[in-house]
Amino acid sequence: MSTAFPMTRAARPEPLRDSLTMLGRQIRRLRRYPELTVIVVAIPLIFLLLFVFVFGDTLGAGLAAGAGPVGGDRADYANYVMPAILIMTVASVATGTSSTVSMDMTTGITDRFRSMSISPGSVLTGHALGAVVQNVISLVIVLAVGFAVGFRPAAGPLEWLGATALLLGLSLAVAWLSVVGGLLARSVETASNYGLPLVILPFLGSGFVPTDSMPAGLAWFAEYQPFTPIMDTLRSLMLDTDLSAGTAWAAGAWCVGLTLLGYLYSRRVYARPRKA
Amino acid sequence: MPRQDVPNGHANHPRELAIDVRGLHKSFGEHSVLNGIDLAVERGTVFALLGPNGAGKTTTVNILATLLAPDAGQVHIAGHDLAAHPDRVRTAIGLTGQFAAIDDLLTGAENLTLMGRLHHLGRSENRQRTETLLNQFGLSGAADQLPSAYSGGMRRKLDLAMGLVGRPHVLFLDEPTTGLDPRSRREMWEVVRELVSDGVTILLTTQYLEEADQLADRIALLDGGRIVAEGTEAELKRLIPGGRITLRFADQVALAKAEDVLTGAQVRPAELSLEVSGRASVSDLRELLNRLHGQDIPVDDIALHTPDLDDVFLALTGKEAVR
Repeated sequence: MSTAFPMTRAARPEPLRDSLTMLGRQIRRLRRYPELTVIVVAIPLIFLLLFVFVFGDTLGAGLAAGAGPVGGDRADYANYVMPAILIMTVASVATGTSSTVSMDMTTGITDRFRSMSISPGSVLTGHALGAVVQNVISLVIVLAVGFAVGFRPAAGPLEWLGATALLLGLSLAVAWLSVVGGLLARSVETASNYGLPLVILPFLGSGFVPTDSMPAGLAWFAEYQPFTPIMDTLRSLMLDTDLSAGTAWAAGAWCVGLTLLGYLYSRRVYARPRKA
Repeated sequence: MPRQDVPNGHANHPRELAIDVRGLHKSFGEHSVLNGIDLAVERGTVFALLGPNGAGKTTTVNILATLLAPDAGQVHIAGHDLAAHPDRVRTAIGLTGQFAAIDDLLTGAENLTLMGRLHHLGRSENRQRTETLLNQFGLSGAADQLPSAYSGGMRRKLDLAMGLVGRPHVLFLDEPTTGLDPRSRREMWEVVRELVSDGVTILLTTQYLEEADQLADRIALLDGGRIVAEGTEAELKRLIPGGRITLRFADQVALAKAEDVLTGAQVRPAELSLEVSGRASVSDLRELLNRLHGQDIPVDDIALHTPDLDDVFLALTGKEAVR
């Protein structure tokens, strides 16, 4: 082996520094292209307006008739539906995250990063944390519009803290899952479709109507899908109603579990040699 | 990893190899892409892997750039064992792929500083490095523009510059000029020549014979995952028969007379021409024309053909290369 080469700088792995560099890249892109955020925020906003102004009165009356936690009129329904809209926001951001990751794969910049001496997780962490930042911006916009159309939460500071933590946890979990989607997708179009089931999922849970109003099979699915405990917890925190410890634990556990799953799986896919 | 039994030819030449590849094999499922590739690239030289699409050029580069794991074979890059220390290899290399791997949402300068940060350059060093590279590649004027406003040639230059931020010892250029117009191609060649004068070792792949001819010290012809010939341009040209001289005449009478004088020439009556094989050197040519002149045979037109890499390629692979 030849040794006369000027020895290359020793590879000092600096995962934190590299992750922050990659996060910086994502934030720069978000700042330069607000359109990227406008597109993903549009979907939950459309559903919010649709459900408050078109269906709100009828569904509100339905809530009152059923055993819902709240019920009555359009304003009550706005309060009821808000957690679902917030979760739909997180899911909508996920479609953008998957596309971005997939775009990096197809343009070859991911290969450039892979051929460089940087910590392998940092590329993915940059994407995931960038998605969390985009989630925060999107959630603030959606909440603001929610207030404008009649959302009146009863949460105190502690409840808001809990709700924020839960939304951040969910954002991180969904972000890591969408990183996996972006890595696995064969094209950018496919990648953006991976997030769509997540956008629909709040409907098949306690997001828009109480699960006990659904047929038995569907109600069972709705009861046990991850978004239901998360939406129920958010709703209890925001409306300051009774929160069962089991539901809160389930919500937290889903967030932690999905984050771990997404993180570990994406690391594996990233390290895997490509097919061509 | 199974070791390939490769004759240890390099050991006899105490040269410093920047790239040392022995017995490289790679298959994708049933499809075998590389069937035992050996490469020895001396430090500070340009080595061209020349071959048609599907020959295995990109697969080779991807393996050497640590993106793909080989099925068998030993690879040393800048003295580092690829299998044992891929991370050390990564500190020594730069990669410019077939498609410009740049961030289209960041400006040219931002793309470069991103690379600088990932190479852990200090803030002022990073700024300097970015400026130097922008100047070197003639991109200063477009530094704050988005790459979407760049021409194809500018995008490739930015891509190449990004690969140079970390001052690599070994640079891989995968088809660096494919799809570029002739002017951009020439500019790219200039850039590559400058890099060589700085002492960087370059392995480039290309489908263009002219490119290999222009840039490379040594050329390997890759076909079907095998190296079918390797050497300097002159060595490769020696592998095939020499050139030929084509003489055209005004009429059949002149052609018939010439045929008598130049025995052994290949006659093409329909084209009123005959072809003399041999080196198309000035002295050979003068002698030939003198003989015809001595017999008062007028020559209408004359064409010289010196062998080029095209002929080598055709002779060795039975395929036409891309012009």
